[in-house]
Amino acid sequence: MFPIINSEKLSPLVKWFCVEAPDISAKSRAGQFVIVRANEKGERIPLTIADFDGEKTIELVVQEVGESTRIINLLDAGGAFLNIAGPLGHPSEIGRFGTVFCIGGGIGIAPVYPIARALKNAGNTIITILGARSSDLIFWEDKFRSISDEVIITTDDGSYGKKGVVTEPLKEFIEKGDKIDRVVAIGPCVMMKYVSLATRDHGIKTIVSLNPIMLDGTGMCGGCRVEVGGESKFVCVDGPEFDAHEVDFDLLMMRQSVYQKEEQQCRLKGEL
Amino acid sequence: MPKQEPLIRAKNFNEVALGYTEEMAVSEASRCLQCKNKPCIAGCPVEIDIPAFIQKIAERDFAEAALILKQKNTLPAICGRVCPQEDQCEKVCILGRKNEPVAIGRLERFAADWEAAHSEDSEISPENSKNRENPHGASSQKASLGSVAVVGSGPSGLTLAGDLARMGYRVVIFEAFHKPGGVLVYGIPEFRLPKAIVEREIEYIKSLGVEIKTDYVIGRIKTIDELLKDEFDAVYIATGAGLPWFMNIPGENLNGVYSANEFLTRSNLMKAYRFPEYKTPIKIGKNVAVVGGGNVAMDAARTALRLGSGEVHIVYRRSRVEMPARVEEIENAEEEGVIFHLLTNPVRIIGGEKESLKGKWVKEIECIKMELGEPDQSGRRRPVPITGSEFRMPMDIVIMAIGTGANPLISSTTPDLEINRWGYIVADTENGRTNKPGVYAGGDIVTGAATVIEAMGAGRKAARAIDEYISSRSV
Repeated sequence: MFPIINSEKLSPLVKWFCVEAPDISAKSRAGQFVIVRANEKGERIPLTIADFDGEKTIELVVQEVGESTRIINLLDAGGAFLNIAGPLGHPSEIGRFGTVFCIGGGIGIAPVYPIARALKNAGNTIITILGARSSDLIFWEDKFRSISDEVIITTDDGSYGKKGVVTEPLKEFIEKGDKIDRVVAIGPCVMMKYVSLATRDHGIKTIVSLNPIMLDGTGMCGGCRVEVGGESKFVCVDGPEFDAHEVDFDLLMMRQSVYQKEEQQCRLKGEL
Repeated sequence: MPKQEPLIRAKNFNEVALGYTEEMAVSEASRCLQCKNKPCIAGCPVEIDIPAFIQKIAERDFAEAALILKQKNTLPAICGRVCPQEDQCEKVCILGRKNEPVAIGRLERFAADWEAAHSEDSEISPENSKNRENPHGASSQKASLGSVAVVGSGPSGLTLAGDLARMGYRVVIFEAFHKPGGVLVYGIPEFRLPKAIVEREIEYIKSLGVEIKTDYVIGRIKTIDELLKDEFDAVYIATGAGLPWFMNIPGENLNGVYSANEFLTRSNLMKAYRFPEYKTPIKIGKNVAVVGGGNVAMDAARTALRLGSGEVHIVYRRSRVEMPARVEEIENAEEEGVIFHLLTNPVRIIGGEKESLKGKWVKEIECIKMELGEPDQSGRRRPVPITGSEFRMPMDIVIMAIGTGANPLISSTTPDLEINRWGYIVADTENGRTNKPGVYAGGDIVTGAATVIEAMGAGRKAARAIDEYISSRSV
């Protein structure tokens, strides 16, 4: 049992949780994730660790995209997650690279935060780009401003910041000839794919954190397998971060759609 | 052994074998010659006093029979169901020379089930047995002789934990999953090993004072060295062989291709066979191909049938006699309607569009016929492809059940722990000792995928060795 100490809706479909998990918090590092179950009949799903105090709590940010995330977002402070296993995956590679662009798209904003903070603490110049469909889906702007040298915000509909997608300011920087030593991008698969395409021809090292369907999270089932550099890799133990230019994003998107029919079945059942 | 009818049982997850009645058990037990040499005991990896417990069944003292079993085997209801007795105790039974051997496995199951059904009235309920064997109770901290950490709550870890707890040690098992049991809960299906039975056996282990911490991924939340530094005198690594092997053929990452581990974990551990009540989905197909010939392949095939799949096929590259699965399980699969393609090996998996889903789905499997050549290192004749014999079969689900290897999580986070070139931990099979003092290992993480009972035997031996190690240090 993992008690929820605090929770808050960041937008209609996005909820933030502060959970008591001392052993996991003590070992967590930026870039890692956990596997959670809301209740006894629930699915095991991966969630990136959005923050941790190293002593008592971890923070998770959940976007409702289907049945399991819908059920999770019904939980509140005073409630609990039945199971949380972690921290899982390799931590982010943190080093002194120079100027690092930290790009968070939609729900990806959450996992980018601890990575950007760690990179800042390691002496990097941090340019943050946060993007979402509309203004109510942008969150943690203040947190990012306190650890970034510059923060740029984009919204698809122009309701906040610049109108457009995250790749546009990125391409502007690249065209200007500004020094970019590394890019870290986390968000929907299609966003990571386009960030990768934007940097590939300029030889800018780009790291993405992949989000396939997972079952166990410790490397025993292979459900999270993706192709990186033409080889099969398990995201849960070989990742979750990979060199974006090697990732087959189309295959990942295809594999993410495998249970669409079952998701619809649950949604229809809920609506009846 | 009475069984459910094949075509009925192929549609439900209830246990296939129905178990002996008391009369059947007494009658079978009376066949035992109680011979002087007792080759059966030597044939048992955990040295159960087989003639003794059988004698008690013949005398209708079922409670005592169960007690004798429990002295050497803390998980008898499980072993009675999944042990390959035909390769162990029953194989060397004297009666087996001219007739059928004594059905030792079925008698073991009978005694264990009888005890569970009567545990409130019998003297051997968990509470009473704890008091009888260990009057101080291993759970009382001040009596503990030392602390031992166990990584993995499968059969090996559970057995060692039970043995050490009975000796008076404080034992904590760390389990990565949210439920303990290892292959007993995620691998072996409900219809071969009901999970209620596994839970009951695990409750017995806990009643001896063992603590089980689930959701605890050693190698990540704590390393082996941290366990030794923090609070434990010794560590037993029993993480199993959980890394699924794939063939690395084209198309293996298409939607609809599962490792057997994923397929079985969805069905057994996450109860996907009760979707949508349980929220974990699993796919069924009109045509399912299971690649492999071991018990896991049989389990996957028979699970696919029960989930409502159409035709289920086994594709195996060698012939029938080389199949590693228990003959009993192969026969069960055949009776249930699984179709066998022997001397056949997949070459590629071909995809196509499926309904309106944007994803590419498995459409066909291309296979090649094989013939048997010279024996390879396993002693079995090596299968060799017959050129030009490729053919295709329509399939919409492919399940790879070709074996599992060592998960690298423990070894990669314990850099000075010696492993061999396949990633298994190097340990003395007589006592579980590794190259690191205080660190022991046993079960599949040492031997590669094997059986529940061998893992238990390794746990038993390592428990003795750990007891010696800790006692000698505290002198």
